[in-house]
Amino acid sequence: MVTIHHYMILSAILFFTGVFGVLYRRNILVIFMSIELMLNAVNLSFVTFARYTQSMDGHVIAFFVMALAAAEAAVGLAILVMLFRNRSTVQADDLRLMRD
Amino acid sequence: MELHLIGLGKAVFIWGLSLTMIPVLIWFERKGSAFIQDRVGPNRAAVLGVRLGGFIHNIADVVKLVMKEMLVPSHVNRWYFVIAPFLGITVVLFAFSVIPWADNLRFSDWNIPMQVSTLNGGVLFILAITSLNVYGIVLAGWSSNNKYSLLGGLRSAAQMVSYEIPLGLSIVGIFMVYGSVQLNEIVRGQGELLFGFLPRWGIFVQPLGLILFMVAAFAETNRNPFDVPEGESEIVAGYHTEYSGVRFALFYMGEYVAIVLASAMIATLFFGGWQVPYFPTEKLVAHAPVVLKILLGAGTVVSLVAGLLCLGYDKRLGHWGDLRDQEGKILAVVAFVACAAHLAGLVFLWGKELPAWGLATVATAAQFGAFIGKLLFFCWFFIWVRWSLPRFRYDQLMRLGWKSLIPLAFANIFFTGVVLVLIDRFRS
Amino acid sequence: MELIVFYILAALAVTGAVVMVTRRNPLNGAFALILSLVSVAGLFAMLHAEFLFILQILLYAGAIMVLIIFTIMLLNLSKEELREPPVGRIRGLIILVASLVGLLGFIRVFRGLPALQAEVDPAFGNIEPVGELMLGNYLYPFEIISVLLLVAVVGVVLLAKKVI
Repeated sequence: MVTIHHYMILSAILFFTGVFGVLYRRNILVIFMSIELMLNAVNLSFVTFARYTQSMDGHVIAFFVMALAAAEAAVGLAILVMLFRNRSTVQADDLRLMRD
Repeated sequence: MELHLIGLGKAVFIWGLSLTMIPVLIWFERKGSAFIQDRVGPNRAAVLGVRLGGFIHNIADVVKLVMKEMLVPSHVNRWYFVIAPFLGITVVLFAFSVIPWADNLRFSDWNIPMQVSTLNGGVLFILAITSLNVYGIVLAGWSSNNKYSLLGGLRSAAQMVSYEIPLGLSIVGIFMVYGSVQLNEIVRGQGELLFGFLPRWGIFVQPLGLILFMVAAFAETNRNPFDVPEGESEIVAGYHTEYSGVRFALFYMGEYVAIVLASAMIATLFFGGWQVPYFPTEKLVAHAPVVLKILLGAGTVVSLVAGLLCLGYDKRLGHWGDLRDQEGKILAVVAFVACAAHLAGLVFLWGKELPAWGLATVATAAQFGAFIGKLLFFCWFFIWVRWSLPRFRYDQLMRLGWKSLIPLAFANIFFTGVVLVLIDRFRS
Repeated sequence: MELIVFYILAALAVTGAVVMVTRRNPLNGAFALILSLVSVAGLFAMLHAEFLFILQILLYAGAIMVLIIFTIMLLNLSKEELREPPVGRIRGLIILVASLVGLLGFIRVFRGLPALQAEVDPAFGNIEPVGELMLGNYLYPFEIISVLLLVAVVGVVLLAKKVI
């Protein structure tokens, strides 16, 4: 019998894999994909609780998150391409014009 | 248990159908292009003297492709290079699971839907699955590790993402008119009559939607006039430059299966799917004996005429010097046997009462025939367009998608909504 | 039966996520992430969220990931450009431990939650009820999201275009 606990643990594992990716990796593309993974993990828990409470509000919220992720992907990737054009690097550590 | 068996049978049936359409399409392409360019086309390959107007040529083709070496160049990313061809075709085959090919088969206490899955999301599921289709091409282009292939993959990715939007938006009008996204429900909604004489097909209520959908479907299947990802005059052969043998054949099979899927969607959404015009399911079942007699009688007459025509086909007698000289006679014998079988069936069933399942099956067969007829027409339409129109330039293609199709699709949705509201007001 | 399917999908999702985080080449990572996203879509289907199952494949796997892969292929990074500066053993360890602690904390918080009830309304998660909710109760958020998408489109055009 699958319980909420199963889904929540899976969601937590996915989420913290994403956290680890954001903190550890220096490649902006990978950081970007880690953020997508985190959003996705949150969606999973929304849907799980929607199933538990038998109300579809969670589905609507998850839909909004997906729409947000799409907007974020479009803008983020455009910024990334511009950065690469101007600085020709995708390493987050190299992008510190404001620092020194 | 029985339900599982029926589901399995249906899955095997629709996959078999979509895969058997591939040789038919190749034959269409070969003979159709020959017809359009005023050539003869393939006419040599034969099995026991039977050439079937070049159809047997497909077998020779398959044998050639299987026998060829599957070359893996040394500079490619091996793992992706090998799996890429399989992705495209498997993904498209999944999408067939929601295509209905007849109305529910109803007799005694059975009610079997004639589609593998009655998923509530129907059309959206097809859109979702076909949006995965791009990965095969992108992977092939990237893993080939060569500039032209990469360009092909890039072009394909941009094109597919761009044209998915008009593809999805153009059928929103259909959803609004028929009030469902379930394909079977949409087809059922197309069985009524408009103004009392016109079938309520998608083409008559959504003509602009049909045009938009067709253009977008051509782009999604990477067919001419939108086949820039493999544009051989610009980038060698695009994403499949480095492929050979069966892997190369898989790309072609994937493309043809995608065409079959697009044709099935056009037929289902805009041309009434399995609806026989003016004959809704109840009427078909009620008149099943007559329908059966008409079908068998037509079969008798057609096979008789075909046999006589084959018998008279001897304009190059003695040209080949082998069994192919006798092809007309061989085919005539087959046709006469078919004619006799139809006639025997007609005589046997004359004046007999059909059981309930027999009536339902006859109606289903008639609807399936209508569906296949429409499907074949649109498959031919794809070939026809390919050999008639020149290829777009890449910037023209993007401009068409973003600046023409998408605004038109929005206008279509808006207009449909206004008309629906007005009709509603008018009635109440 | 349900449990077996769940474990298979969960294993695929976690594998995809871990591979995505650890591969150096982002293209490998992107394909691993697609695997993960599709497995989560399967989990949505198991949770009777049919609409979200379709959207997950259509939007995430079919659109967002294609966009990301398109960008990766467009940049076409060389091996040197992909080499990342070393994070440092201590910092790496701290990050790993922090993630693990967070994960364990999460798992502790959610211990002992009840099982999911077996029976569910057949219309649950279908397109019609979700759509009605979206355009009824959540009308304003829905409209705001559409404005946000419009702003994103305009912003991307502004960013990407050299001469306007």
